[in-house]
Amino acid sequence: MPYVVTDLCSGCRYTECVSVCPVECFHLDDQMTYIDPETCIDCGGCVPACPVGAIKPAHQLPPDKRMWIDINRRRAAETPVLTGRLPPLPGADERKRAIPGR
Amino acid sequence: MMPAAARYRVAITGAGPSGFYAAEALLRSGQPVSVDMFERLPVPYGLVRFGVAPDHPKLKQVTKVFDRIAGMPNFRFFGGIEVGEALSIGALRSCYHAVVIATGASVGRSMGVPGERFSGSCQAADFVAWYNGHPEYRHHAFDLSGERAVIIGHGNVALDVARILAKTADELKHTDIAAHALDTLAKSRVRDIYLVGRRGPDQTRFAAKELQEFLELADCDPVAELDGFAMPATDASGDAEAQAALATLRSFTKPVGARPRRCIFLFGLTPVGIAGDDRVQRMLFRRSSGHESAEVAIDCDLVFSSIGRRTAPISGIPYDEARGVHANIGGRITADGAALRGIYVCGWGKRGPQGTIGTNRACSNETVGHVLADLPGLNDPPAHPDSLFGGAASRMPHYVDYPGWERIDAEEIARGMTTGKPREKLVALDEMFAAARGGIAPSAIRQPPSRNGARCGTISR
Repeated sequence: MPYVVTDLCSGCRYTECVSVCPVECFHLDDQMTYIDPETCIDCGGCVPACPVGAIKPAHQLPPDKRMWIDINRRRAAETPVLTGRLPPLPGADERKRAIPGR
Repeated sequence: MMPAAARYRVAITGAGPSGFYAAEALLRSGQPVSVDMFERLPVPYGLVRFGVAPDHPKLKQVTKVFDRIAGMPNFRFFGGIEVGEALSIGALRSCYHAVVIATGASVGRSMGVPGERFSGSCQAADFVAWYNGHPEYRHHAFDLSGERAVIIGHGNVALDVARILAKTADELKHTDIAAHALDTLAKSRVRDIYLVGRRGPDQTRFAAKELQEFLELADCDPVAELDGFAMPATDASGDAEAQAALATLRSFTKPVGARPRRCIFLFGLTPVGIAGDDRVQRMLFRRSSGHESAEVAIDCDLVFSSIGRRTAPISGIPYDEARGVHANIGGRITADGAALRGIYVCGWGKRGPQGTIGTNRACSNETVGHVLADLPGLNDPPAHPDSLFGGAASRMPHYVDYPGWERIDAEEIARGMTTGKPREKLVALDEMFAAARGGIAPSAIRQPPSRNGARCGTISR
């Protein structure tokens, strides 16, 4: 049951997740972060750390988000590991405020 | 051994997650720093080895990260050396530019109620150390001949204790649980396991993910008694983890199945005493929710207290009584609010016992940020670490270095292969030291040191 970064991260990329990951399983591109399912140890520490609630356990994803399991696997293989926090993307705070229910 | 390039020497006491992450941050800093890590036991990993439950093998894969850190240049491991009476923090400070304390929170908080000293009343943390094969707890006796156990506290340690009590021997036998614990648990007669907390079901410290494991037990039904508690609608401003835990607890209210064991979650009950005759017979509570106060009693044979831990004070290190940690600001040890020079803390001894394993990475990074900022202004220490090991050889007959630990690791994995476990932990200190020297003969099969304890065994689920 790996954890998965979903599209809620895209455009925010706060990278709080990276600072609490015990195994450095986060990768990133210009838009968002991805979890390498081979490295993730299912500790779940990143879930409450994410300011926008973008990270979910794979088994709790609704059907319309399931494709993010494969996207995380594929993009983690194609992108570099992130070992420390970065500043969020421009506009992240406005976007976070606009997310319903947050 | 000490590379000439390392301008600064830092000692870390404790080889758990926070100590390793501090070592990593120091060694990755680009500064000329060498790190010596001192660990009381001959084996590394701290609570990953002695705290994380045996049926959570995936979490233990974090040890691969610690092994990678241990392999970085300028890192040395001194296992089996306790920093305390024989080797004081003061002696370390005379040999290192900086000392980072990473020895956690070893003292279980007591409930402070009458009867707590009765036989049958114990700390949940001691039970955890026992089933995980901690050498200092292997002779603890837990009498599981009674049918009812009460666990006080609503955090993840309480869940671990309940789950280990609830599982069958078949569910545990392919984990790295200590052999003595598996033997005792296989004969357990415990049937009813109460998990009792002071607060309401929406205010637990349970991880939802770990609560859900109670729905998958072979021989045990979870039951949550939620009657009388207002069930707040999901509240976005609330603690998301507590909300997720509440949703899982609600699924525990379905009709009880026919399994022989039950885990019963009770809320709003404050412990007021243990009744018995030098032996636990009954746990007494006051119902603390609502306007009426009522006494509640649960007949039981065992009480596990799981209401938190605090850091053991260290001689010469200021202590923050209110928080139960070494007095510090951001990891710098402080006396009366002013930072002391060259002495630091990270992990549970800094922030208290909370967070996941990775929380220690951010915590140790913060502490190391201060160490690195301070190092150029710190005096060179008057003595060299070699004086500790050469000069005090009589006080320290032997220590275990990382290759020594890898020999212990290989021995444990080889023994586990014969019993279908990812490893059979060595639980006696003399056996650990012997294996570190390569001196244990009995098992002929030698595997190359594995960094992944789950590699050759069956994973429990």
